[in-house]
Amino acid sequence: MTEPAELPAPAPQPNLETQPFWDATAEGRFLLKRCDTCGTVIWYPRFLCPDCHGTETSWFEASGRGTIYTFTIVRRGQGPYAGAAPYVAAYVTLDEGPTILTNIVGCPPEQVEIGQPVEVVWHDTGEGSALYRFRPVG
Amino acid sequence: MSIRGKAHIAGIYEHPLREIPDRTLSQIHAEVALGALADAGLTLSDVDGYFCDATVPGMGGLSMVEYLGIRVRYLDNTETGGSSYLGHVGHAAAAIAAGKCSVALVTLAGKPRTSRGGNRGGMSDAPEGSFENLWGLFGAPYGYALAARRHMWEFGTTSEQLAEIKVAASLHAQHNPNALLQQVVTVDDVLGSPMISDPLHRLDCCVVTDGGGAVVVVSPEVARDLERRTAVVLGHGESQKHTDNGRVDLTYTGAVWSGPRAFEEAGVTQADVDYASIYDSFTITVMETIEDLGFCEKGEGGRFVLDGALVAPSGKLPFNTDGGGLCNNHPANRGGMTKILEAVRQLRGEAHPAVQVPDCEIALAHGTGGSLSTRMGSATLILGREDVR
Repeated sequence: MTEPAELPAPAPQPNLETQPFWDATAEGRFLLKRCDTCGTVIWYPRFLCPDCHGTETSWFEASGRGTIYTFTIVRRGQGPYAGAAPYVAAYVTLDEGPTILTNIVGCPPEQVEIGQPVEVVWHDTGEGSALYRFRPVG
Repeated sequence: MSIRGKAHIAGIYEHPLREIPDRTLSQIHAEVALGALADAGLTLSDVDGYFCDATVPGMGGLSMVEYLGIRVRYLDNTETGGSSYLGHVGHAAAAIAAGKCSVALVTLAGKPRTSRGGNRGGMSDAPEGSFENLWGLFGAPYGYALAARRHMWEFGTTSEQLAEIKVAASLHAQHNPNALLQQVVTVDDVLGSPMISDPLHRLDCCVVTDGGGAVVVVSPEVARDLERRTAVVLGHGESQKHTDNGRVDLTYTGAVWSGPRAFEEAGVTQADVDYASIYDSFTITVMETIEDLGFCEKGEGGRFVLDGALVAPSGKLPFNTDGGGLCNNHPANRGGMTKILEAVRQLRGEAHPAVQVPDCEIALAHGTGGSLSTRMGSATLILGREDVR
């Protein structure tokens, strides 16, 4: 399921709307919400569909796969990331549609490229949740 | 001018519960919004003005419009304690009378009875927070670096082209005795400065300065009796750009909406603009904004800025003749005020003689707030010389 973090893994602060998402991360499951009315995949998870404004939504398990939309190499970390640089922050477009903020791990920063296919890896926060990060596939 | 008879309250909704421990603040805002709109026979899709106080969760109204999945033309975060909402209705009426919005939504939500610490709100409750604050991104540069990288990938933009923007700003700053950085720099200087967040170098970033500024806006009646030359407000536009339910596109900014609104109101085109103050937190901010305001096609910014295009007085788009945020001043980490000030100096003919645009009649000032292209506010002002009618 989850593996030891190569980057710091600060714990998220779930709220009542996002608790199911973060609970699932502890089991290595990436949940997304879909609008029951218009079928749109919703990101970030919330009470209503930001496309059609319907309020009936359902969780489903995502593939955990995507492609890198853009990235940057952070040269100096702060807070829990002090001493962790260099590391890569990126937007990844999930196969299900949404483009989300995350880190790229599992390869040297200089080998990261826009358009690379990636898959999710889970980094345990030690507080009943795990962070979704992505590594290049193949 | 009076707002009497210019606006009506069309729908109301009072939340039926008095203890709501099982919902977020955002959700309660959404519930009362849907209720009042239903009462009026309207939907969220009809809303083009949003009014709220400073206790909303997240980054004020920006987080709430994203949460609700709306994009409005008029956003008002006026915070006056318990009287806020009366003020909001007044503001909404004035805005409607002026044509700034047509369906204004005002919401209030709080959980002081069941939430320890009362109505926290603010960034600590930002609905997007738990998905964006985890990845080791600190400070402003990283969001802009992500945009720059994507702009390069899509359009072939280069670090050399971005550097040209800093070079132009430095050519202006050498004439400003108050500028923090008065030394002229070259493209090589920019590329040789330390990498802050790939692909942005230190000299791609604005200065960090203390300071401030102010403007006084008056009615035409007041202005008529003033001896000092004024600048006339010809047009105004504003917009928000957010992550749009995961449809992130970092290659354009909210200027694509604020710009046309300002141009239309002013009745001028890009070709009429003699001088432009362009928000310049980073070089990429300027490049995307120039494209988005229609001074060139999307993706052509890299070529547009070559050959001294931004250099006053003779470039095709003289910009930031005070040296801008890149060299002169970025007080309180907010560069919008100084953008207005230099535009007014140009229209008064009071910029430094070396950078004064001859016969400057029309000036544009553009401001950018938040994180480029993901959760940002954009505002465009078009100003005219006092005698412009």
